[in-house]
Amino acid sequence: MYNFEFEKPGSIADAVAALGSEDAMPLGGGQTLIPAMKQRLNAPSKLVSLSGIAEMKGVCVRDDGALSIGGATPHAVVAAEAGAHYPALAGLASHIGDPAVRNRGTIGGSLANNDPAACYPSAALGSGATIVTNNREIAADDYFQGMFTTALEEGEIIVEVRFPIPEKANYQKFVQPASRFALTGVFVAKYADGVRVAVTGASEEGVFRWSEAEAALSSDFSASAVDGLSVSPDGMIGDIHGTPAYRASLIKTLTKRAVAAAA
Amino acid sequence: MPQVSMTVNGKATSGDVEGRTLLSAYLRDHLGMTGTHVGCDTSQCGACVVHVNGEAVKSCTMFAAEADGATVDTIEGQANADGSLNVIQQAFQDHHGLQCGFCTPGMVMSAAALLKENPKPTEQEVRDYLEGNLCRCTGYHNIVKAILAASGQDVGAIAAE
Ligand SMILES: Cc1cc2nc3c(=O)[nH]c(=O)nc-3n(C[C@H](O)[C@H](O)[C@H](O)COP(=O)(O)OP(=O)(O)OC[C@H]3O[C@@H](n4cnc5c(N)ncnc54)[C@H](O)[C@@H]3O)c2cc1C
Ligand code: FES
Ligand code: FES
Repeated sequence: MYNFEFEKPGSIADAVAALGSEDAMPLGGGQTLIPAMKQRLNAPSKLVSLSGIAEMKGVCVRDDGALSIGGATPHAVVAAEAGAHYPALAGLASHIGDPAVRNRGTIGGSLANNDPAACYPSAALGSGATIVTNNREIAADDYFQGMFTTALEEGEIIVEVRFPIPEKANYQKFVQPASRFALTGVFVAKYADGVRVAVTGASEEGVFRWSEAEAALSSDFSASAVDGLSVSPDGMIGDIHGTPAYRASLIKTLTKRAVAAAA
Repeated sequence: MPQVSMTVNGKATSGDVEGRTLLSAYLRDHLGMTGTHVGCDTSQCGACVVHVNGEAVKSCTMFAAEADGATVDTIEGQANADGSLNVIQQAFQDHHGLQCGFCTPGMVMSAAALLKENPKPTEQEVRDYLEGNLCRCTGYHNIVKAILAASGQDVGAIAAE
């Protein structure tokens, strides 16, 4: 790994200022960035640690009823503290990687990275969450722009994520046991105004909404409502762990399981 | 070079590190504490697990600078004050929870973190908690058994030995 300058500011304002220098990058939990730097896939001149910024940590319910999670909140804290308000989200966080990864890895890092097999992107998209950065609010529908690609600008950091709390929700992860990521994962959330279904680990375009299932489930929230639907394998990921057709089939199976578990 | 200070197994330590110095390297190369093993260096195997402020982390995937000011516990600090093995270590010996021993420091540190959080885990909870700790020798059964025994539970009914 190439060397870099390390900074650990105590406020969002200081972090944004520190990120102003050329080739500086934010450091969340480092669970993705450090391995990438070891492989020299990233070589920042400066890392700005977000782990010392108290205003970016924690879980709370806002006055408008949404669940607010600080951008530097580790997965383990979401697993432990979000359960009373949004059990499906806490459940998702409690199955990311392994305990040591959950103690360091953060929600902001996961959403900024937008790995096509990561769990949190499906929760954010499936909940219609708002990604709050140091200078704007981005709707999840506009935020995810394909594998490893997001609406974030250079030097922009995720300071908070707001999740509207659904009536019912569930996340089903079909684990790829070697990486511990999702081979495919489906997040289903039922709100008063409709159902959202977000799929991770399957598409070459990254996380996406399965709109046909959303329409069917919005009129009948039962596993059998998606029986007549099928997902096309076109554009699905194919690798040694599963073919595009296998992933397409998993999407439907996991959606049914998620609905059954949520209902 | 930035200076870092941390309390390792109750003792104050400090050293000059580069930004890129990993916590595992600080422990092993700067402090000469080679009990923390580096198996994969890619955050897969868990041989490098230590506790930072009481939480299990993979020390190969954390910068030493991030642990500045922290309390760090490693395998070297696990034995009892008189030097005898602690309950978890003794259970690993009694139940053959190790063969080559390479994964053992990480296994013991993960087990300690688990039992602190969940003093009487079920077998499944132990297996789930060890998700990020790989062992290429034992087949895990005796590790799981040792951890259950260390939690004070009867392991007589668990067959694999
Ligand atoms: C063994 C293992 C298993 C894993 N299993 C899973 C899994 O099952 N599911 C899953 O979803 N993930 C999994 N992960 C990934 C894990 O969740 C990571 O923690 C996460 O993807 C990145 O979060 P981080 O805080 O560590 O970010 P970092 O690694 O620090 O950063 C990742 C990227 O995001 C940027 N960044 C970090 N924080 C912010 C922020 N607040 N605002 C803007 N940009 C930011 C960084 O500059 C970098 O580009 C696994 C990782 C490992 C090592
Ligand atoms: S050496 Fe750190 S996880 Fe393998
Ligand atoms: S005892 Fe050899 S790797 Fe676990």
